[in-house]
Amino acid sequence: MSDITLSVQHLTKRIGKRDIIKNISFELKSGEVFGFLGPNGAGKTTTIRMLVGLIKPTSGQIFICGYDVKKDFSKAMERLGCIVENPELYPYLTGWENLQYFARMLTNTDDKRITEVVELIGLTDRIHDKVKTYSLGMRQRLGIGQALLSRPKVLILDEPTNGLDPSGIREMRQFIRFLAKEEGLSVLVSSHLLSEIQLLCDRVSIILDGKIIHTESVHTLLTQNEKLIWRFTPVEKGLEILKKLAPSVIVQEDAVITPYIEEEVSQWSRLLMEANVNIKEMNRQIPSLEHLFLELTGGDSVGE
Amino acid sequence: MTPSVNKLIYNEMLKLVKSKRLLVVTIIIGIMITMFTYAQHREMENVKKRIGDTDWRVTLQQSIVDMQNRIGSSGISEEFRSQLKVRIDQSQYYLDNNINPQEPGAPTFLRVFLDNSIQLLLPLMVMIISADMVSSEKSLGTIKLLLTRPVRRWKILLSKYITLLLSVSFILFIFGLFSYLISGLFFGYAGWTAPILTGFTVQAGELNTANVHLIPQWQYILMIFGLGWFVSVVVGTLSFMFSVLIKSTAAGMGAMLAFLISGSIISSIASSWEAAKYFFMVNLRLTDYLQGNIPPIEGMSLPFSLIVLSIWGVAGIIISFLVFTKKDVY
Repeated sequence: MSDITLSVQHLTKRIGKRDIIKNISFELKSGEVFGFLGPNGAGKTTTIRMLVGLIKPTSGQIFICGYDVKKDFSKAMERLGCIVENPELYPYLTGWENLQYFARMLTNTDDKRITEVVELIGLTDRIHDKVKTYSLGMRQRLGIGQALLSRPKVLILDEPTNGLDPSGIREMRQFIRFLAKEEGLSVLVSSHLLSEIQLLCDRVSIILDGKIIHTESVHTLLTQNEKLIWRFTPVEKGLEILKKLAPSVIVQEDAVITPYIEEEVSQWSRLLMEANVNIKEMNRQIPSLEHLFLELTGGDSVGE
Repeated sequence: MTPSVNKLIYNEMLKLVKSKRLLVVTIIIGIMITMFTYAQHREMENVKKRIGDTDWRVTLQQSIVDMQNRIGSSGISEEFRSQLKVRIDQSQYYLDNNINPQEPGAPTFLRVFLDNSIQLLLPLMVMIISADMVSSEKSLGTIKLLLTRPVRRWKILLSKYITLLLSVSFILFIFGLFSYLISGLFFGYAGWTAPILTGFTVQAGELNTANVHLIPQWQYILMIFGLGWFVSVVVGTLSFMFSVLIKSTAAGMGAMLAFLISGSIISSIASSWEAAKYFFMVNLRLTDYLQGNIPPIEGMSLPFSLIVLSIWGVAGIIISFLVFTKKDVY
């Protein structure tokens, strides 16, 4: 086997007469953080629930480290850790009891491993408190802890930063990157925020209406679609110059938008200044999710 | 290699204990028994006041003589004669062992209390445990964690069901223990060997007393505990099924409660609706058959009720497992 840890082939889910997931295929390599990007209702959570065995696919196959989720459920699940939506644990048990509880459902997971995981998620101080006294961030970490107990090869996290405060989000991001880099895990992360995916993932699949419409490395996706927002006076004169230089120019209220092309922008601004145009602002912007969808779908349908 | 069912059962028991479910049931049973003991105590004092100071031995001796006279008379059926003989044996036992039949000890309280709780109180206690065994996982959201372990779904449900059986046994044990200990404080702890009438059969709507005989009370209590356990398991299984089918614990519990109550209403008004005897809820009063009460609907007997309840129970198990192992979890 190569280093492909999760392989999804032609996954389809039909409810009634409607296909809510349409022929989705993708692969994860070890050490990679893979993003699943799409608006709410696009099918991210349904897909993830099929990957972890909560929903049975209508057709298609899922392999975790070569084991078919349908035929070799236990073997596949031993190699997978997941949090689907919120990390719901038993509030009346302590963090430690929760981890012990999940360890009992695994083989070869002893108290030593639990201690290891507790240190890894940084909950040593509070691990013997009841979970109902935990903050959301702590629950999220404990949730990841239970997912890591079995030393999985694949980690699936559904909206891992949902509801966390900014410092919690940053911490979570660092932690996920650490797991992928140092422990060699494949991490699948879903999000409806492009900024989130940008900071976290190596590759991304964009999912819309139950279909993957695009899979690409995050770097390529963003640089190809980055925009530069200009504000200058006089507008007429500047526009005239830019239209000759940039591949596309859009006027939006008092701003002018062009693609961001790293090798050329300094040249453009110099030409503008030489023509006595006062540049007040040059703002490099990553595209919004809506914008990406517009580009990728040819501009006719943006979700709902 | 997957973890053993034992460990899963341990997990389930841990949740019942740590969520204080078992404690709540124990406390409710304790309160109920204390209440009924006190009520019984008041009732007996009242009776004592009415009868006055007459020695109960004199009264009992008198009634034995009465019965003996009636056996001797000629115009009496063979069946009635044998019944009288049994009654005389019973009264004689009380006299010989110096037990006042009006002043029962803890074992008698235990017997009467269990007789009366088998239809509603006992099933209710079981439902506190069983009604949210699966649905609470759904409302907590922990079902998603539970079903993404390297354990097959049927194993998870099996561990839950075995835990239910253990809990039913625990509840009956607590029921017996508390009844005995608490009521004994008022009534004394004697009476295990007191004779109890049983062996009634019903034929064509008539009570047949031909096989009536006496058995010691402890034997009788063992029998009703067996029947009580069986009824509790069936009711527990059905509410367990609701817990699998319905996400809301309250809705499942409400549905079960409605069935249980409708059972006692149908029993009391619908003797002409014969098909009603196939409902599980009119078959719960199994101990009535031992006491010789005429069943609510013709054609009902102890074996009949046991079979009807078994069929409902097995159907409940099958539906629970089919749905739980197949259902998509959103």
